[in-house]
Amino acid sequence: MLRASLRHALGEFRLECELEAAPGSTLVLVGESGSGKTTVLRLLAGLLRPDAGRIECDGATWCDTGTRQWWSPQRRAVGYLSQDYALFPHLSVLDNVGFGLVASGHGRRTSRGMAAAMLERLGLTALAERRPSQLSGGQQQRVALARALVLEPALLLLDEPLSALDLETRHAVRTELRRTLRELPCVTVFVTHAPMEAMLFGDRIAVLERGRVAQTGDAPALLRRPRTRYVATLLGLNLLPGRVRHRGPGDEVALETPRGLVTLLAAEAGEELFLVVSPDQVTLSREPPSASARNVFPGVVEEILPEPPHGERVRVVLGPAPSFVAEVTAQASHAMGLTAGQRVYASFKATSVAAYA
Amino acid sequence: MIAASSPRWREPLGRALMLGLAALVAALVALPVVALVLRVPPGTLLAQLGNPSVQEALRLSLTTSVAAALVSVVIGLPMAHLLATRAFPGKRVLEILMDLPMVIPPTVAGFALLMAFGRAGLLGGTLTAFGISLPFTTAGVVLAQVFMAVPFFVGAARAGFSAVDPRYLDAAATLRAGEMHTFWRVRLPLALPSLVAGLGMAWARALGEFGATITFAGNLAGVTRTVPLDVYLLLHEDLEAAATLSLLLIVMAAVLLAGMRQAGLGLFAPPRAPRFAPPRAG
Repeated sequence: MLRASLRHALGEFRLECELEAAPGSTLVLVGESGSGKTTVLRLLAGLLRPDAGRIECDGATWCDTGTRQWWSPQRRAVGYLSQDYALFPHLSVLDNVGFGLVASGHGRRTSRGMAAAMLERLGLTALAERRPSQLSGGQQQRVALARALVLEPALLLLDEPLSALDLETRHAVRTELRRTLRELPCVTVFVTHAPMEAMLFGDRIAVLERGRVAQTGDAPALLRRPRTRYVATLLGLNLLPGRVRHRGPGDEVALETPRGLVTLLAAEAGEELFLVVSPDQVTLSREPPSASARNVFPGVVEEILPEPPHGERVRVVLGPAPSFVAEVTAQASHAMGLTAGQRVYASFKATSVAAYA
Repeated sequence: MIAASSPRWREPLGRALMLGLAALVAALVALPVVALVLRVPPGTLLAQLGNPSVQEALRLSLTTSVAAALVSVVIGLPMAHLLATRAFPGKRVLEILMDLPMVIPPTVAGFALLMAFGRAGLLGGTLTAFGISLPFTTAGVVLAQVFMAVPFFVGAARAGFSAVDPRYLDAAATLRAGEMHTFWRVRLPLALPSLVAGLGMAWARALGEFGATITFAGNLAGVTRTVPLDVYLLLHEDLEAAATLSLLLIVMAAVLLAGMRQAGLGLFAPPRAPRFAPPRAG
């Protein structure tokens, strides 16, 4: 079990967060660059001392500023993968993996044996004698993982483990990393800026926003009920605050939003609600649409962003603020002749809106 | 559009001036070397190498300078590591102290050494009590050379240690490596090119040492008369022999410099630690 409560200031930046994760589970910290993700990892690893806070892991207190308890990184049962893996360039793969064992007092022979066994477990035996410079990015990542795992950490920290890889390898490495992580008995804290990775890896996801946890939950909960506009944007959803105008007939509810009136089916009780509309449920047209779609927002195209990886779909951002996003195929956008500055109509069905208190 | 307002002749004139001055510097350094070479016919060089007194000076120079370089490494490594990794009160003063021998006149250094370790010096009594006498001995030569050479090693080693990417140190720390383990297994190997460069510079400085040696250790044939001292002596007696020895020193220095360059070790730009290899595709 990992329980951490951390407060730390770096210049203007203030970090303040509470984290909790169960053994065998992966907690993903997702946020934009500068949100404090790496700082959290460095604090957990003991590479940085928090101004105030407490870290408990695996039944031991690693750090408690209240009682001045402090364990150095060497003493913590931690595994840490920095963004570029930091394999020692002067050591072979085998010696890289054996490094921590030798450092913690195992004999050279024992260490080599254990390192070799770990390499075999991860299918890296063929690379044992290579230097890091002779490895591909994906291989470097697996070696770095082997180097950390051979020490049987209680807490594994991964800082953007996929971001140093190019697109083609990322997919394969991602699949394998998921498989490896799923079998681990330790707590894994995984840092990423990519919401998709957060969804894939996170048993729980904590969204970090300017040094604070904006929301925690599993992927479905976050997708269903983003709590802040930031979380919604991060997840690629449209989030609008709404105020109930009238309920009925039947399940129908009409809400006043900053972009206009929205009708939907089955809203939770309450006067002030959040509305979520997935961008792929939004249709665009140059002329006001016919009656089938209940909800129509007029808007002006601000930008058209190709969606990774191939740009077959584009996200069309509509102003004025608060912006509203529609996701359509690049083909459709082209056929409509969409360009920035154009007036368009975004429409979506009443059944495509979720509202919650 | 803004038109070029300076007169047309300015650019070519400036360029010519730069080239001219560069040529002047090259000539300034090359001319004396060439003059020496011309002074020594190839036959004489070989004949002089057979001269017992020349051999004696050469042997003494080689043994003392190698010893001084090695001593500089042993005592310089911890200091370089300390300066590269720690912040402490008085660090500035220590840094200036470590650079001092590079800039004070060698004769002054020799005099100061005499004041410290000479028979009547600060530690003279203590040393005598232990039966140790440094002035006018070969050990004194090594001491003088170490005094002059150690800053070169410390400077280069320190730069090398500082240039080690902190990510490797973070990785080592999370891999249970304590400070000493990290020093031997990460910092030292990654800074090795700088250490070798520092060793080369320290050795060259020791080999060429004259002023501190003659002031502190005197000029005793076979005991303290290294090649630079011999050259000075021979200037008044045997010009050809002096030229031969000088040429020998120049050749050794040039070979050292060329070797270091070949190994990618610059003199004034201590090489960075081997950098992290960015992940490749595939």
